[in-house]
Amino acid sequence: MYDIIIIGAGVTGSAVARELSRYNANICVLEKCEDVCEGTSKANSAIVHAGFDATNGSLMAKMNVRGNELMGKLAEDLDIPFKRNGAMVVCIHKEAIDGLKTLYDRGIANGVKELKILDREEALKLEPNLSKNVEGALYAPTSGIICPFMLNIAMAENAAENGVDFHFNTKVEDIYSDDEGIWHLRTNNGEYKTRYVVNAAGVYSDVIHNMVSENKISITPRRGDYCLLDKEVGGLVSHTIFPQPTNLGKGVLVSPTIHGNIIVGPTAVDIENKEGNNTTAAGIEDLITKANDHVDNLPMRKVITSFAGLRAHEASHEFIIKEVEDAPHFIDCAGIESPGLTSCPAIGEMVGEMLKEKMNLEEKKNWISKRKGILNPTEMSVEERNELIKKEPAYGQIICRCESISEGEILDAIHRPLGARSLDGVKRRTRAGMGRCQGGFCSPRVMEILHRELNLPLEEITKSGGRSNIVLERTKGTNGGETA
Amino acid sequence: MTSYDIVIVGGGPAGLAAAVSARKAGIDKILILERDKELGGILNQCIHNGFGLHTFKEELTGPEYASRYIDQVLEEKIEYRLNTMVMDISNDRVVTAMSKEEGMYQIKAGAVILAMGCRERPRGALNIPGYRPAGIFSAGTAQRLVNMEGYMPGREVVILGSGDIGLIMARRMTLEGAKVKVVAELLPYSGGLKRNIVQCLDDYGIPLKLSHTVVDIEGKEHITAVTIAQVDSNNLPIPGTEERYTCDTLLLSCGLIPENELSNKAGVEMNPITSGPRVDDSLETNIPGVFACGNVLHVHDLVDYVSEEAALAGANAAKYVKNGGKEEKGSHIVEVKATDGARYTVPSTIDVDNMEDLLTVRFRVGYVFKDAFVSVYFDDERVQHLKKRILAPGEMEQVILQKAKLLEAKDLKTITIKIEAE
Repeated sequence: MYDIIIIGAGVTGSAVARELSRYNANICVLEKCEDVCEGTSKANSAIVHAGFDATNGSLMAKMNVRGNELMGKLAEDLDIPFKRNGAMVVCIHKEAIDGLKTLYDRGIANGVKELKILDREEALKLEPNLSKNVEGALYAPTSGIICPFMLNIAMAENAAENGVDFHFNTKVEDIYSDDEGIWHLRTNNGEYKTRYVVNAAGVYSDVIHNMVSENKISITPRRGDYCLLDKEVGGLVSHTIFPQPTNLGKGVLVSPTIHGNIIVGPTAVDIENKEGNNTTAAGIEDLITKANDHVDNLPMRKVITSFAGLRAHEASHEFIIKEVEDAPHFIDCAGIESPGLTSCPAIGEMVGEMLKEKMNLEEKKNWISKRKGILNPTEMSVEERNELIKKEPAYGQIICRCESISEGEILDAIHRPLGARSLDGVKRRTRAGMGRCQGGFCSPRVMEILHRELNLPLEEITKSGGRSNIVLERTKGTNGGETA
Repeated sequence: MTSYDIVIVGGGPAGLAAAVSARKAGIDKILILERDKELGGILNQCIHNGFGLHTFKEELTGPEYASRYIDQVLEEKIEYRLNTMVMDISNDRVVTAMSKEEGMYQIKAGAVILAMGCRERPRGALNIPGYRPAGIFSAGTAQRLVNMEGYMPGREVVILGSGDIGLIMARRMTLEGAKVKVVAELLPYSGGLKRNIVQCLDDYGIPLKLSHTVVDIEGKEHITAVTIAQVDSNNLPIPGTEERYTCDTLLLSCGLIPENELSNKAGVEMNPITSGPRVDDSLETNIPGVFACGNVLHVHDLVDYVSEEAALAGANAAKYVKNGGKEEKGSHIVEVKATDGARYTVPSTIDVDNMEDLLTVRFRVGYVFKDAFVSVYFDDERVQHLKKRILAPGEMEQVILQKAKLLEAKDLKTITIKIEAE
């Protein structure tokens, strides 16, 4: 039996797991997919928001500002890149200029630091490719960019290193409590028992919640389409450029990513299908039109990929982070839509403290707060790199030519805690396949490495688990043995 | 830092032919750097025949064609390094390479020949809406899996794009027992060779739908179906023309892009139409001593022309090296332009004093022409006017220029290639 089971290994579940791994407790994370970071966490704007958007006094505002504060130290501890590149909310209609002041006031009330309203000239000076229609901008220097995969993976790895179990391909199908108040979680991989449950199931957090409570909640998947542009045009903007927000959200942003691409998106369409992360022609067209309103010279022919993500939208547009009233020892983290990525360290902290108190948890003496990331040889000097290759020759073999990822990095990604087991798993950990050829060159090579290292038949190597196998069978005349 | 007379980046057909030619021109220290585990490049996965008709007057498979050149490289004892990735080329021709055995190291090159080839346009760059499941491959990636690794991606196939690799793979997958349901092509004409349409689609009853594109991809984990639709003259899907095909594989053959990351790093000037370097008639880029040939320069239709072009690059690089790295550029430089249906030319400029007696200018047309004329203008004067029954974007075209004629035209500034109705 576990003390705590966390449902979902996205950024929320993983942040909670990492925080709870400080304590002497028996903890398990159940994830329905084959890896961490498979839902909302993998497809979003990758922005660490400053915190001027959320309603004053809301939990969302509090978590956002606190999460932003915590992110710098967390990124350092987890050895992942993070940069405060600053955000600008751009006004292009004279009559809407007062909206910037409203946002400014809201930000100040939320505790956002260093906010400033810029006039047209100041805005253009800071960001020359802004639309020439710019009337002014709200500037938030504390806004940042981060890699959501790396953040998610690093928090989970760190939690695992501190003793948290992760069970993948494990879908919670039913939950009930027995006479002693123990929760029983029925899954496709058998039944789990636990004293406490944390529901961090993203777009499914309503389904999980509704298994235990009469006070039903409803999460609407709000789909957002994105386009990612080639690094070649990565210098287009250096700040995260927002339009003025509407009631559907923060609008279509244009931002550099932490790895040097440009991201454009998202759209916002409420849908019913919780798995409906397909892009649509209308969505892509919509975001291109909208992005062009605020940034000039947007080179949309430099798109290297497009994708869609689903935000877990709850009607009140507020985070629900609390013990469920009619289900003691069952903690919801529901409705975690944007700024969920920013907020995850704060949500982890909040749930950690909540359970510490409720469960009387004791801190471990030997908690490991730091995690070492996968080496980035491109940051090394030639001498250091040669030293490394001499010791581990795999670092001398480039597998992904676009992103310059070596075999050594891929081997590390496979063999570290919660290692990669699929092409996407390797991609999110190392960036192999994320460049402009989108894996055309490296995917057969990465498949080969996975096949060798995991000792799995090539037919069983998947793109991202489940039935996403890449090849079907051997060709005629090759009988499953070695090719001639 | 070690030094070589000529460093060739890429051991595919272009790199091999350039190396052999440079050796025949008397250059001693030649080094080929190849990132794969064997020489031959993409030819190794092209196991169909049809290669070498021009060069060897016989039909060879890709590996056979490659081996003709590999044998020469071996006979000539030309040095090559496999599993070696070139990481950087500086504008003073210092090549930085890396391998497991050697680590990261630099080589000073008397001349550099860029022969990196091209790559396929991926799904992401095509903005095809829908899910992003497994089972979507660029045609060349699938070709590698089937022909070199011996694995089938699937059994029910739809192909988007009618580039040559897509056409070849339609036949290949059919021969391996898969059902190729349709080839959809966005443009009103195919980007591939006519002979491939006949031999790979028509002969197997595979329908080619021109002016069609994929408008939806279904399947969360693995692809289960695609929907294709007809497009209008702006390439936008026409509502009501959608047709759904169940499938487990979608192959993409939607264009090839010369792979010029290294050229860009070195500061090589690019031609925006070809996405390859701008070169003069010696195939030299704007950086002295840096030459380019093969698909990294412009995407070719036949490997025979790659070899021919690469041999020229090799000979010219040799000349440059023998001359002690001194440029011998003449004073009469002529600009070569493509207009009126001709999309680009290689080369972009001609050094009249130093040009070959006969110079091949290669180009492609932008759309299909029937019974049209390929015309060459020396400034405003038409000097060549050649009737062609058909001109198609999938086939590379060429005109031959005579040095004597250029020398006669003393004040010649611009040579223009046009496609004319009469």
